Amino acid sequence: MSLTPSTPDYIIPKLKAETIAAIVKKGTRLDGRGLKDYRKLTIIPNYLPKADGSAYVKLGNTQVLVGVKMEVGTPYSDAPNEGVIVVSAEFVPMASPVFEPGPPDENAIELARVIDRSIRETHAIELEKLAIIPGKKVWMVWIDIYVLDHDGNLTDAASIGTLAALMTAKIPKFEITEDEQVLIDKSTYVGELPLRKKVVTVTIGKIKDALIVDPDQEEESVLDSKIMIAVDEDGVIAGIQKAGLASITKEEAIKAAEIAIEKGKEMIQKVTQVVQRPAEAAEEAEEEKAEEKTEEVEETPLEEEVPSEEAEEVEKEELEKPEEEKPTPEEAEPQQEEPPKKEEAPAVPEEEKAEEAEQEEKPEEDLEKESEETESLKPSE
Amino acid sequence: MGGKGEKPKLIMDDGRRHDGRAFNELRPIKMEVGVLNNANGSAYVEFGKTRVIAAVYGPREAQPKHIAIPYRAVLRCRYHMAPFSTDERKSPAPSRREIELSKVIREALEPVVMTELFPRASIDIFIEVISADGGTRTTSLTAASLALADAGIPMRDIVAAVAVGKVDGVLVLDIDQVEDNFGEADMPVAAAPALDEITLLQLNGTLTKEEFEEGLELALKGIRQIYSIQKETLRNKYLKVEVEE
Repeated sequence: MSLTPSTPDYIIPKLKAETIAAIVKKGTRLDGRGLKDYRKLTIIPNYLPKADGSAYVKLGNTQVLVGVKMEVGTPYSDAPNEGVIVVSAEFVPMASPVFEPGPPDENAIELARVIDRSIRETHAIELEKLAIIPGKKVWMVWIDIYVLDHDGNLTDAASIGTLAALMTAKIPKFEITEDEQVLIDKSTYVGELPLRKKVVTVTIGKIKDALIVDPDQEEESVLDSKIMIAVDEDGVIAGIQKAGLASITKEEAIKAAEIAIEKGKEMIQKVTQVVQRPAEAAEEAEEEKAEEKTEEVEETPLEEEVPSEEAEEVEKEELEKPEEEKPTPEEAEPQQEEPPKKEEAPAVPEEEKAEEAEQEEKPEEDLEKESEETESLKPSE
Repeated sequence: MGGKGEKPKLIMDDGRRHDGRAFNELRPIKMEVGVLNNANGSAYVEFGKTRVIAAVYGPREAQPKHIAIPYRAVLRCRYHMAPFSTDERKSPAPSRREIELSKVIREALEPVVMTELFPRASIDIFIEVISADGGTRTTSLTAASLALADAGIPMRDIVAAVAVGKVDGVLVLDIDQVEDNFGEADMPVAAAPALDEITLLQLNGTLTKEEFEEGLELALKGIRQIYSIQKETLRNKYLKVEVEE
């Protein structure tokens, strides 16, 4: 049973909620972003040593892991010569004070299904190449999305992570025995997971009459509604999901689709760049690091440097009681002044990678424990 | 979409659909309100072979207490498919699909129900799909909206819903199961026509931006037709009451 949520995900002071709405109306955001800007994006492909494909994604302060595991299974009877995809999402309790242990709730299920549909409907994975013994044994592509830290827009972070993880996924070496058993040897890989299309979701929030891309958690808590739109590399719309308590107009739906097509293609390019040319990406990230030395130290209010001038002005105008309203300067990025190139190469250099790798042990244990119900290949409708 | 067996021809040489409908034609529709005795409001809606019963209880005390919201009523919604509603028996346990659909249906009704009038109460919507032949979520929503009205719950408008599909490259209104299974896209839309607002929008499949706009327009036209049948159905109920008295 689905209930109206009795507490919002994240409670913010009313004054701040009003400020967010007012500042968005003027075409900017509390953290200095433009309405169509994503937060800083970091992708580390091949993040998990035990997975067959994986990625770590940090979007603003939202952190998500995506692991792809390749296993042998039986095909669905109506598609005997095709591999099987299963997408699950876990909102683990460590990620937010409002996440509880237990089976995935409607939000986790919705997220997984939105991403599942985007992959399935674009035929992003060449499932017909994943038959091992046609009709009997096929590859099952398990895509597990693991939310580690929730600061809004989990869908896009998960979708970007899924794309990156799929692009790194490899098919293990296997052998077919005489009695038609398939033995897998994961020490060697025989090829890459065949991908036909690249697809990501773009989440667009509606606050009053304004549309914003990549809402953070504070913004999400004041959104009227949001629309998640999946877009492929050719700019074809590959899925839509409207969520939230309010309605949208036809004009807003069309506007959102336009924005999603523009931003979606952009994000696919970014992911492709990081995954296919990690060396270059890392180099550029190194340069970036040199410029903004403090960057590595997370969670400290370091970037108070220049939240773009106009944004600051507007903020001041809006704030009648400035003492109550420190507009979280740590999120303010000098976004507008930046040449776009810097953002395109967010992969993290080696040392940081090693640091972050420490986290991975724990989540992975859980990942194996949680037995997720299998997403049926198609709804019975 | 994943196909079941051989893909049949969905658009015939004369431009008609596999069941003889025109591209912008709805299936035969039946609606009735007040079909259940115990519920505060109820409705039966039929779109071709898709059949749904919706019931509304409330506003009533929210149970368990902790779900209550101090300044408005909680909407609770369960979309459920009967085991005998599908080709192969469906397990009665809620599937991930049903959990998601319960959520999107609830969110499609939230904008119209005047929940602010009933603080701390709950309004419960129970939907049973008794026969599924495509478009069950939109039929459910159409029925739920009628059941809410039948229960006398104040609403800003009635929600009506329909899915537009793309089959053999053609945008068509109110797709059935065959068109859903073998088509290229399924886009369920719900709207509150008097408010000119969209309350549910999903897309399963691929569309270009132009197709999306055209499909949305086609859906909204269908929704206006369904909306007038809904209103007629509600009016008829009270006509009957008058006659009986």
